[in-house]
Amino acid sequence: MGKVDENRSPAVRARGITKSFGDVVALDGVDLDVVYGQVHGLVGPNGAGKTTLLGLLLGLAVADGGRLEILGTPVGRTLAVPQGVAGFVDGPGLYPSLTARQNLSALASLGRYDADGATGVDDALEQVGLTDVADDRVRGFSLGMRQRLGLAAALLTKPRLLVLDEPANGLDPAGKHHVHRVIAGLAADGTAVVLSSHRMDDLAALCSEVTILATGRVVFSGPVSKLAAESGELDYRLLTSDPAAAHRLASETPGLRVAPGRDPAQRLDTDVLVVRGPVPAVDELVVRLVRAGVALRELAPVVTPLEAAFLALTGAGTAPVRTGQEEQMDQEDLR
Amino acid sequence: MTATVTATGTRPPVGARPAPVLPGYRFELAKLLSQWRIRLLLLACWIAPAAFVAAVSLQSSLPADTVFGRWMNATGWAGALVVLDFSCSWALPLLTALVAGDVFAAEDRLGTWRHLLVAVRSPRRIFVAKGLASLTVLLLLVAGLAASGIVGGLAAVGNRPLAGLDGHLLAPADAAATVLLAWVCVLAPTVAFAAVGLLGSVALGRSPMGLLMPALLALVLQLAQLLPLPVAVRTALPNSAFIAWRGLFTSPAQTGPLLIGLAVSLVWAVAATALAYRLFLRRDFTDLTYDGSGRRVVVAAVLPLAALVVLTVGVIAVATPATGSGIEKGKLQDSLATAYAHLYRLQTRELHRPDVTEAQLGASASCDKGGSRVLDRGPGNDWRCVVSWHLPGASAVGSAIYQLDVTADGRYVADGDGPKEVNGYFQVRTPAGDAPNPLWQFDGNVDLLASTPKE
Repeated sequence: MGKVDENRSPAVRARGITKSFGDVVALDGVDLDVVYGQVHGLVGPNGAGKTTLLGLLLGLAVADGGRLEILGTPVGRTLAVPQGVAGFVDGPGLYPSLTARQNLSALASLGRYDADGATGVDDALEQVGLTDVADDRVRGFSLGMRQRLGLAAALLTKPRLLVLDEPANGLDPAGKHHVHRVIAGLAADGTAVVLSSHRMDDLAALCSEVTILATGRVVFSGPVSKLAAESGELDYRLLTSDPAAAHRLASETPGLRVAPGRDPAQRLDTDVLVVRGPVPAVDELVVRLVRAGVALRELAPVVTPLEAAFLALTGAGTAPVRTGQEEQMDQEDLR
Repeated sequence: MTATVTATGTRPPVGARPAPVLPGYRFELAKLLSQWRIRLLLLACWIAPAAFVAAVSLQSSLPADTVFGRWMNATGWAGALVVLDFSCSWALPLLTALVAGDVFAAEDRLGTWRHLLVAVRSPRRIFVAKGLASLTVLLLLVAGLAASGIVGGLAAVGNRPLAGLDGHLLAPADAAATVLLAWVCVLAPTVAFAAVGLLGSVALGRSPMGLLMPALLALVLQLAQLLPLPVAVRTALPNSAFIAWRGLFTSPAQTGPLLIGLAVSLVWAVAATALAYRLFLRRDFTDLTYDGSGRRVVVAAVLPLAALVVLTVGVIAVATPATGSGIEKGKLQDSLATAYAHLYRLQTRELHRPDVTEAQLGASASCDKGGSRVLDRGPGNDWRCVVSWHLPGASAVGSAIYQLDVTADGRYVADGDGPKEVNGYFQVRTPAGDAPNPLWQFDGNVDLLASTPKE
């Protein structure tokens, strides 16, 4: 993290943003605060309004209602966002007949970011790990390489607000490493980053705060740690040296239930046991397994706490079993 | 997180400024020139005409259907004009379709509008940059066609005098200037078609119909020009200058149709560009599935341009003396007699006979179309003319018969029907051997807008 300045306005302040496309309400009273130096995740099911919100931040569209301030400047019309905002939505816009270097050089000259000349382009390419293919046409690039080049294009502008839509799409582990390092580095230098992703592991690794959208409304906004705590009981998969004994011990552990089905991801692995319960109950099970001389080979949540919370809040999938009362209380907490 | 972190540096927020037009223009040009399709077109335009003209000029069988085609092995300048005539019919509309018709649609296909808008921050400047870049590429293509045709002709045949469409000889320098002027003139309709291409590209998004719009328009207008339309309608069409340049090759030049054609082309260029600009600025770029719409095209593009045609027809009908098809017996007789006199002198020189002037020949023509039951006006291949002349010192009056095939655009082909020693055979016997007979078959051009002379 960089230097702290509590007096500065946030990089993004949105209040009651609404946006409709005909009869379809894309955003319905959305509030959003993103401070400098923060990587803010935007998650939600398809059609939740993420791309629309990111488009507003980039100035590609204007909100129908509400108030939006970007880098301290009120934004009231399209393409009127202040200098220092960069990024992409719906994938980076690249020209396949041009090389990676030509794409970036053209962008640099358009945005008058070419004060650093070729050095700036080379630096950006190096940061995202594309130096070796700088003079190759983008036509032959994989999706991951295009994503990295799109990020390099954004880096050229030395942004103070970086807006990225699904930046991890198509990335291999090396590419992901590059992208994560670049985003973390930008945030450490004080750049506000807003990114959307469907990959909860990416969000957990990168974001300090997340906003969850569902059908155009904010259903959660806050630190990732708080969101993880919202997950309540989780499913855990266990792999032990004695599955029968483990099953018995799990059934006897207070607060823990053995899930009726096997781990969906490991249907063929008959030795895997799936249990559901709070973290203290799982801890107790581990103690009992050790005492019984059962070796614990693997213990992991079936879905990450973040993902579980996401599924629960958006109702997008099979969430941990929770009572209606618990759900209501959680929603009230979020409000 | 409760603390706010200082942004990079402490620069205050600066209002975003649009990118300047020049870098945008360079970017658009780079995008166009990096496409294989454009590169192949450039290569073809700079090489193919030279190869075609050089190859055809050395053949005995010449493309006589094309204006100046029959002169291709007589002078190098005829080749460039054959290329020009072919280009006006097919190549230029097609080139405008491939360049201007795709310059906006390409962004739709690639999904790069949002990227471009964020980078440039001004749809106006994007439009200007794209328009200028496509115009530049078109100019490069047209320059290639012209230069290549000229070089091919001069290299294969040589820098010799060119017989105009009224038979008068243009010295090589005059021929060069007139050929270049003709190529410059067709830039106006080319720009008009390019503007239609821009309009199609903007209005129809990624739909291939946008790409086809200039080519389709050219095809429809070509068909229209084949019909016996009233001259006011014919001249009001945006492709009229693609034909009217032929008037530069008469003496005096038939400037009326050309000037009107140029004006109409420029009006179309401005109107279509303005319509495209208006549509572009109103477009919602957040809609990634934008594919244009039939209704939008009809309302915003087709109807205004159709209204423009009607308006232009009205203005031309009121402002010019021409009526009907513009092909009248008197004009045809004058044109044929003039061309005959000029070409008779050319034949005289070939045969090394004593030179005579056109005034001394006093050539005149008497034409009839289709016999007594048909009105002597309008296009058709049933015109029959008798040319009369007399030589100084001779009391007898010479006469020669021609069958004329007159097309609706004012061009005619005069086919000699005898006597054999004058115009009935394709060759004449000169002291140096057999040579093409300039009086056997020749092209002429009637000024459709000229007032009809008294018969």
